[in-house]
Amino acid sequence: MLPLTEETDEAPRASADGVRSAAVSDTANGVRAAPVGTPLAVSALRSARSPARRSLAWTPARLGVYGFLLTAALFFLLPLYVMLVTSLKPMEEIHLGTLFALPLHATFEPWRQAWQSACTGLECNGIRAGFWNSVAIVVPSTVLSILVGAVNGYALSFWRPRGAGLLFGILMLGAFIPAQVMIYPLVRALAFIHLFSSLPGIVLIHTVFGMPVMTLLFRNYYASLPMELFKAARIDGGGFWRIFVELMLPMSTPVIVVAAIMQITGIWNDFLLGLVFADADHLPMTVQLNNIINTTTGERLYNVNMAATILTSMVPLTLYFISGRWFVRGIASGAVKG
Amino acid sequence: MTTPAIARPRRLQLVAYFALLPMAATALFAYLGTIFWSARISFSGSRTFPSYDFVGLAQYVRLFDNERWLLSLQNVFVYGALFIVATLVIGFLLAVFIDQKVMAEGMLRTVFLYPYAMSFVATGLIWQWILNPELGIQNVLHKLGFAGARFDWIVDQDMVIYTLVIATVWQASGLVMALLLSGLRGIDEEIWKAARIDGIPRWRVYVSIVLPMLGPSLSTAFVLLFVMVVKAYDAVVAMTQGGPGTASEVPAKFIMDYLFNRANVGLASAASMVLLATVLAIAAPLYFVRSRAARSGRES
Amino acid sequence: MSNVAIRNLSIQLGGNTVIESLDLDVKAGEFVVLLGPSGCGKSTLLHSIAGLIDSSGGQIEISGEDMTWADPKDRGIALVFQSYALYPTMNVERNMSFGLRINGTPKHEIGRRVARAADMLQLGPLLKRKPASLSGGQRQRVAIGRAIVREAEVMLFDEPLSNLDTKLRTELRRELKQLHRQLGATMIYVTHDQVEAMTLAQRIAVMKAGVVQQFDTPENIYNRPANLFVASFLGSPGMNLFRGWLEERAGRIEFRNEHLCLDVMHYPFKLPVSPGQQCVLGVRPECIETGRGDGSDKLLYAHVSLVEAMGAHRVLWMDFFGTQIAGIVQDQQSVEVDHPVAFTIRTQRISLFDADTEQRL
Repeated sequence: MLPLTEETDEAPRASADGVRSAAVSDTANGVRAAPVGTPLAVSALRSARSPARRSLAWTPARLGVYGFLLTAALFFLLPLYVMLVTSLKPMEEIHLGTLFALPLHATFEPWRQAWQSACTGLECNGIRAGFWNSVAIVVPSTVLSILVGAVNGYALSFWRPRGAGLLFGILMLGAFIPAQVMIYPLVRALAFIHLFSSLPGIVLIHTVFGMPVMTLLFRNYYASLPMELFKAARIDGGGFWRIFVELMLPMSTPVIVVAAIMQITGIWNDFLLGLVFADADHLPMTVQLNNIINTTTGERLYNVNMAATILTSMVPLTLYFISGRWFVRGIASGAVKG
Repeated sequence: MTTPAIARPRRLQLVAYFALLPMAATALFAYLGTIFWSARISFSGSRTFPSYDFVGLAQYVRLFDNERWLLSLQNVFVYGALFIVATLVIGFLLAVFIDQKVMAEGMLRTVFLYPYAMSFVATGLIWQWILNPELGIQNVLHKLGFAGARFDWIVDQDMVIYTLVIATVWQASGLVMALLLSGLRGIDEEIWKAARIDGIPRWRVYVSIVLPMLGPSLSTAFVLLFVMVVKAYDAVVAMTQGGPGTASEVPAKFIMDYLFNRANVGLASAASMVLLATVLAIAAPLYFVRSRAARSGRES
Repeated sequence: MSNVAIRNLSIQLGGNTVIESLDLDVKAGEFVVLLGPSGCGKSTLLHSIAGLIDSSGGQIEISGEDMTWADPKDRGIALVFQSYALYPTMNVERNMSFGLRINGTPKHEIGRRVARAADMLQLGPLLKRKPASLSGGQRQRVAIGRAIVREAEVMLFDEPLSNLDTKLRTELRRELKQLHRQLGATMIYVTHDQVEAMTLAQRIAVMKAGVVQQFDTPENIYNRPANLFVASFLGSPGMNLFRGWLEERAGRIEFRNEHLCLDVMHYPFKLPVSPGQQCVLGVRPECIETGRGDGSDKLLYAHVSLVEAMGAHRVLWMDFFGTQIAGIVQDQQSVEVDHPVAFTIRTQRISLFDADTEQRL
C-alpha cells in the first residue's frame, strides 16, 4: 500500500467525481432555474456540469473524441469479455481457437469444476476453499487495520504526542519499502512467536503492511474535522478513549467506508503476502488460482482456468461496481492498493 | 491554530502514547528493524539460514556478477520505462477526453477503471490466455486470413517483456486516469472561461495551462507507478513465471526465488537492499518534496 | 468606445427560462451596474454579453455590430472574474501577456500594454511573482490588469470585489472608479452590494428574477424607486413602508391608514389614482424627523425599541402601532429606549406605490 499525499482527503471543493467549486453568483453551470417570475434558486454549489449548458456540435473533433474513447473502451473490455466467453465454452470449442466467438453451447460446467474440483496442488477440491480462506483473511485484517489506522489517525491529529510526528514519518517511509526487504526478517520474527504460517500471522502481516495508508487516510480525515469539536469534548471531561469511541468513531463513517473498500480490495487481491505467510490450510484465493493455472500437469483446462479467474475476481469487482464513487475517492485521497 | 492549545495532563499523554504503541512497534520493528536486519544479513555469508559473520561487500559483488540479476535489472528498466510512459500518456488522454463533457461519462469511467480492481494475478492470467500462441490472438489472426501473422511474444525471449507491459498498462491506465481526472476537475472553471475570452485555442489551454497545473497529480501518479514497477511480482509470476527461461525475470522475483527456493538469504538480502536504495533514491524524495510543497502551499 | 445594446434577449438554462425579452441600452463609455439579489440573472446576463452563454432569442449588439453568436474573443470585451481565474503556474507578467502572445501581438506592443497596466494598478514590483504568493487584493489587480491589456472597448466585471475584506473593497472601489475615468471604456459591473452599485455606477439596472426593474441613475433609483422591490432593495436601513389608502378631502389628496394621515398633495403622481385606492407609503429613515419639529407637519408618536450607534449617526428603531420603523438621528438629541418619541414625516421625498401592482404611483 502506498500513501500518496499528506494533504487532507480531497480538496473541499473538488473531487474525482466531478463536483465543481461553488460560485457565489449564479453562473450558467449551476443555476437550477425556476419558471420566470419566481426567485431563482442558486444551487451552483453541488451540481455537476449541466449537459444542457451548451448543445455541443458534432464537429470532427468531437467525433474524434468519441472514437478514441470507444476504441479505448473496447480495449479495456476485451479481456473481461474473453474471460467470460472462455469460461462458458466446453473444451471442444476452446480447441477451435476462436478466442472472440460467443459460445455455441454455453455451459456452466467449467464454473462448477473451478469451484469444486479443480486441482490446487495436491488436492482437487476446487477454488471453493480458497474463497473461504480469503474471507477468513480479509475480514479480520480489514477490521484490525482500520481500527489501528483510526486510532493512529485520531491520536496523531488531535493529541499529537511528542515524537509522534517522527514515528509517522517513518511509517510513511515504510510504505515505499519493497516487501521483499521485509519478508525474510518478518518470517523469522513470526516464526519466533510461533505465528508463522498461520491465520493470525497473515492477519497481523496485513495489518502491518496496511498501517501507513490507513493511518494517513484517517489522519487526513480527522484533520479536516474542526478542532473545536475535540476541545469542547475535552472541556466536557472526555478522555482519550471516550472521545474516540463516542465522538470520533460515529463521525467517521465516510472514511471508514473508503478504508474498508481499499482494504478489502487490496487484501483480497494480495498474492505475495498470502503466498509467504499463510499456512497451507488458509491459502487465499489468489494463490490457489495461480496454483490451478500454472502448476497443473496434463491438459490445461482453459475454460476452468478462466472460470476460476472470474470467481477470484468477483468479490473485488462487485465491490468496485457497487461502490463506484467511494472507490474513486479512495484513489484520490491516496489510499491505493499495491 | 488560532485558539490556544489545551494543556494536556501527563496521564492523558501516556494514554495517547499507549494507543500509538502498535504504530511505534510497526515503524520501529517492522520497518526500521527489518531494514537494518536485512542490511546486516546482506553483509554476511548467509545461505539457507542467517549467519552473522561479516563478509563485507562480497554478496553485492556476487550479485552484480549474476547473469540472472543483471537480466532482471535490464528487464525492469525496459519494462518500467515503457510502462510508466504508456500509462501516463494513455491515462492523460483518457482523462482529457472524458473531461470533454461526453455522454455516458460515468459508464466510461467505470470501464476504464475496473481493471484496477482486479488482482495482478488475475490480470497476468487473463493476458496469458489472450496471448496464447496456439489458441489466442495469434490464432485468431490466422483464422482471419493472416496466415503468417506472429503474435507469440509470450514465448519469445526477446518480446516477452512487452507482453508484461501490455497487461499491466491495461490494468493501471485507469488509475492514472482517475488521478488526473481528479486533478482536472480541481481546475477552477473560471480559468477555462478566462482562456476563452483571451482567445486561447482549447489544445493550447491543455498544453500551457492545464498540464503545468496537473504537476502534483502527475508526480503522484509517477511515484505510484514507479513503486508498482519495482514491486512487480504477482503479474510476472502469474503471466510468465519469469520465462521463457529467465527472459522475463524481474528483481522482485529474483529476490523471492533466492530467499525461498534457492536458499541464499545473503544474496537475496543484498538484492533487496539494492531495490530499496533505488526506491528511496527516486520515489521518496519526490513524495516528500511534493507533500512539503502542498503543506506550505496551504499555509500561505 | 462602444455602446452595448441588448434587444429582446432570452436565455434558457437547463430547460428553464432565466431571462426573457430583456432590453438594455448601455451608452458608450458608461459605467453601468447590474444590481440584484442572488439568482436574479445578473451574472447570466453578463456572461451572455461576454459570449460564454448562448442566448435562445434576441440580439446583443456591441458598437452597432450584431455579436449575438460571436466568439468571446471576437467581441472586443474583457471579463474580470470573481475568483480572479489567474493561471496559477505563470507569473503576473505572463498571466497578463499570455492571451496577447497567443493572438500574435508583436512583442513591443505586448511590453507597452503590460507596462501601462502595471503602472495603472501598481503591479510593477509584482510582475515576476506567481499568483499563489499574492494577497487577494493583489490578485484582483492582476485580474483587472489582464483585462486592461486587451484594450477592450467593453469591460465586464463579475462581482470582482466579493472575495475581499471591507477595507480592501473600499480601496479597490475607488481605484476602479479612477480606472474608468482613465480608460474611458464602457464598463458593465455585476454586484449584489448596493453600496458598490451606488458609488460606482452612472446608471444602475436593478434586476429581479431575470427582469430589469429599473434602469436609471443612482439618485433616481434611490429617491424615485420604480416599484416596491427597488425601494426595499436599496437603502440601509431599508425604506419604511406603511399600508393605507388614498382619500380626497377638501380638494386635497391624503394618504390614510388607521394611525396616520398625510397630505400628499404635492406628490408627483405619474399614474392616475382614484379615491380609496389601496397603496403603500414609503418613507426613508432619513426622512423621519424626530423631535417636535417646527409645528407645520402633523406630529406622530412611536415607542423607541432599539438604538444603534453608527458613529456618525444613530439609527432609531421605533414601534409604531405594531410596525417597526427606522429613523436616523443626526444630532445629539436624547432618545431613550422604551420611551415614546415624537416624529414627523417629511413629505418631500416620499414614495407611493399601488398596493396590488407594486408600481410607483
